[in-house]
Amino acid sequence: MTHSIWIYILVMILSTNLIRVIPLILIRGQIRNRFIKSFLYYVPYVTLAVMTFPAIMEATNSPIAGGIALILGIVAAWMGLSLFPVSVLCCVTVLILEFFLI
Amino acid sequence: MSKEYAFKNGIRDGIPIGLGYFAVAFSLGFMAKKCGLSPLQGFIGSFFTRASAGEYGVYTMVVQDAGYLAVVAMSLVTNLRYLLMSTALSQKFLPETPLFIRILTGCCVTDEIFGISIAYPGYLNPAYTFGAFSISTPLWALGTTCGIIAGSVLPGSIVSALSVALYGMFIAIIIPPSKKDKAVGIAVAVSFLLSYVVRRPEISGTINLSSGAVTIILTILISAAAACIKPHTGAENNDETEN
Repeated sequence: MTHSIWIYILVMILSTNLIRVIPLILIRGQIRNRFIKSFLYYVPYVTLAVMTFPAIMEATNSPIAGGIALILGIVAAWMGLSLFPVSVLCCVTVLILEFFLI
Repeated sequence: MSKEYAFKNGIRDGIPIGLGYFAVAFSLGFMAKKCGLSPLQGFIGSFFTRASAGEYGVYTMVVQDAGYLAVVAMSLVTNLRYLLMSTALSQKFLPETPLFIRILTGCCVTDEIFGISIAYPGYLNPAYTFGAFSISTPLWALGTTCGIIAGSVLPGSIVSALSVALYGMFIAIIIPPSKKDKAVGIAVAVSFLLSYVVRRPEISGTINLSSGAVTIILTILISAAAACIKPHTGAENNDETEN
């Protein structure tokens, strides 16, 4: 490893907080550009979706357990469960399924 | 409303957020451990960054020994939503609010803190945001540290189960807007599909890109395509506030 983990962390801290602060320093009015507004609207969901699948199936010992956790998580979130319960449901699903699958 | 009262209300609303953070950060800690972070590095990184997806993305790049510029790109892309949130938040301040208060409040922005801050009745009292920040942030950082420490102690089945907590949280963030707005739902489905296809060994072997780079490129392409096909015309502030 040729790069320092501390510098990675420092770069991450600076970039992440910069992006939080820049609009508050620069932008006085609302963004008017329709394309940029639309683009920014989709970005969070697309990023998280790309990061979640297929990674959730690779994070677990059994890919099938990860896949079923994904499906149950989607159903639970669709039915209105919030962040914490959905998270717990996914964990419990994997815990139980891997007991049988492995 | 007095500053003290708003601060206390912020702490009250920050407690459930902090508890959720602790559990999720715990699984982030496992990830960080696999990527070679020490407990102290996890604490400092989480305390000052407070971005689950962003931290996750960066920590995977540590393993890949990616360049620092790639880390900047990853941080910017995975946290682009904060740009929009802070923009929305800029409309929520009393006009005479000093710049340094605006900046400090901006640094507090996470999905959840933004959500409760933008829902604050009338102009935002920054003390409320600081209250929520003051209880939830230490729990986020502590969760990461505990995850890193526990990663090597807990049995494999528990680690495997907790590894999906973070993905569970991601799912809980992306599904409610997908239900509400069909265009988001389609974008999410396309993201799942393309992410799967591009990461197939036979394809990822030929394009030879890191996982983080794939995330950045797919995010920009799919979001830009969605913005062209179905421009978003909804309300300014209320679309990012789920959870």
